[in-house]
Amino acid sequence: MIRILHQIFRTGIVTEPLPAETEAEVQEIGAKLEDAISRRFRRSLTIRMVDAGSCNGCELEIHAINNSIYNCERFGIHFAASPRFADMLLVTGPVSVNMETALKRTYNAAPPPKLVVALGDCGYNGGIFGESYASLGGINKVIPVDAYIHGCPPTPAAILNGILKAVSGGPYAK
Amino acid sequence: MEKNYLKDIMTSAFGPEAKQDNSQYPNSPAPPNGGVTACQIPRERFAEAAKAMKTAGARLVAEWAADETLLGRGFGIYACYEKRGEYLIVKVYAPPEDPSFPSITKKFAPAHRFERQMNSLMGVIPTGHPDLRPWIKHEGWPKDAYPLRKSFDASKPMQRIKGEYNFIRAEGEGVYEIPVGPVHAGIIEPGHFHFQAVGEDILNLEERLGYVHKGIEKRFESLSWIDGVKLARRVSGDSTVAHSLCYCRALEAMTGCSPPERALWLRALMLERERIANHLGDIGAIANDAAFAFLLYQFSRLREMPLRTNLKLFGHRFMMDKILPGGVAVDINSNSKKEILSEMDWLSKESERLVVIYDENPSLEDRVRDTGVLTPDKARELCVVGFTARASGQNLDCRIQSPFPPYDIIIPKAPVLNSGDVHARAWVRIEEIRESIRIIREILNNLPDGQSLQSQVPSPQPHKAGFAVVEGWRGEIVYWIQSGAKGEINRCMVRDPSSVNWIALEEAIHGNIVPDFPLCNKSFNQSYSGNDL
Repeated sequence: MIRILHQIFRTGIVTEPLPAETEAEVQEIGAKLEDAISRRFRRSLTIRMVDAGSCNGCELEIHAINNSIYNCERFGIHFAASPRFADMLLVTGPVSVNMETALKRTYNAAPPPKLVVALGDCGYNGGIFGESYASLGGINKVIPVDAYIHGCPPTPAAILNGILKAVSGGPYAK
Repeated sequence: MEKNYLKDIMTSAFGPEAKQDNSQYPNSPAPPNGGVTACQIPRERFAEAAKAMKTAGARLVAEWAADETLLGRGFGIYACYEKRGEYLIVKVYAPPEDPSFPSITKKFAPAHRFERQMNSLMGVIPTGHPDLRPWIKHEGWPKDAYPLRKSFDASKPMQRIKGEYNFIRAEGEGVYEIPVGPVHAGIIEPGHFHFQAVGEDILNLEERLGYVHKGIEKRFESLSWIDGVKLARRVSGDSTVAHSLCYCRALEAMTGCSPPERALWLRALMLERERIANHLGDIGAIANDAAFAFLLYQFSRLREMPLRTNLKLFGHRFMMDKILPGGVAVDINSNSKKEILSEMDWLSKESERLVVIYDENPSLEDRVRDTGVLTPDKARELCVVGFTARASGQNLDCRIQSPFPPYDIIIPKAPVLNSGDVHARAWVRIEEIRESIRIIREILNNLPDGQSLQSQVPSPQPHKAGFAVVEGWRGEIVYWIQSGAKGEINRCMVRDPSSVNWIALEEAIHGNIVPDFPLCNKSFNQSYSGNDL
């Protein structure tokens, strides 16, 4: 136990401010965002992550936003096990034919307002997998998408920034 | 070590009926240096060859089919075996009007899924297979959709039908079923697990995968050889370096291209950095699934640092797109070298502190010891690879058994444990992090000089094949490529370690309780994408 405590105090708080350019943007949208999250989502944003066919690269970076350095919880963002509690679906991958039904069901299980954010280049247009017998292409081929986060995979800072922008933009900013 | 042990067995068992088929592998190095020998036998003797290989103590590496109608030959059916670094491919032909071949499932357990997959995607029929339910091909696909056949137009959307998958059933008083997935509770890839349980005890687990099947193998056939590497990098994102390296090595073996020495060493540097990052993440995640979140946050803090260095020095956090056919895309200078060396010192010190905490925590030990045991006998029978194999007594590491430079000079030490439980799979990773740190230091201290980072890759000749194995962080990755009549990609067979290791999870879970499943699953941490393709 003493070792654990020692390690905790040695490590201290490692959470970093977002990189300068991202930080500036966050500052800019900060007020709107706080208002949006507190009014629309009661001060916290619950995300259900759905892998609709990705190569798992995007999942690694979504894991990273949960680590103590990016620490998404400081913005009131956390991940839920069930779509029933979700304010937002964060969807990766080209949609594979074999995941189409599961993705639609997950979407239908989420309560409104269900914000859908497609993450990664594959989620935008199918990426290198394109459209074929097994891949339906981008997420918007199957469910409506509100915002995109580009990158292969996007960096954790880009993911955080993208989520914050998605919440503060569009119909949710009102 | 006898270099041609398996080949000699084939020759003595089959005599002149085993035709050496090395014209297809013109530049394959001699075994055991990553080379392969191939022989063709009459179709009806396919299972007999499997029996001879089983008796010889060989391991089934992969089994696959190739549509060679455009090469004027019907279907090629292939099985690849390995013993002590000698890889041997046994090939038979099946004519298009009768695409059947003798099943080898009764000799080698992993053939069970390989053959289901061949049957589902290529439409070849393994005669005598006990369970030909579709695999990867889901119930919504038309029955006659065989995407890997040349006659199948993959660019068009596929029609869908109604159907149902017949799960294995268990009946009896108190027996109930728990269907899990494909969308799981965490941030993880999709797959379906079907449990039968009595109380908390798991009677049986049946995996049902294929949800992330994106048609990767078929997609390769529409790409050029140079563009193919972009796809190989995205077969399994966490193994992007290892997969692209294996693809490039197969292409280089087929075309006789030798990358500059410095590039070979830089490739190994990236491969070891990928191993460290993934192992760090895994150890933390295993502890987290035993409710010890402290180590998850500590290890993910460590994992983040090499990823940042990767971004700074290689231009990408996972070093994606940095391995090229014939070489690498990035070089490092003396400052980068110093930076990596001091990072290794830091990482080594920090991770050792955490290892002590892992090792001294009785409540964690209680969860990870004797949980999810894969016995050495089972591991051998299932032909598992990678850290899963090494945690279950199998001394398998193709960096050691079929080394390519610089592993012929910097020889890795593979940790082998016998308990086969969650702890063993975690501890093998701990040992491998230590070993990778040592290898990285050696690579940097002895990195050959040179300006050139890439050699020209000659255009592939028609009717050739290439084969390569690479030890990724999860285990042995295999690529087998074949050129068509115009030198284009006729077939690219990908075998991720997960394709064999997934069955091991079904075996290891017997006798465990349902709440320990996530812990067991995480200790294997297999790729869904690499398996489903």
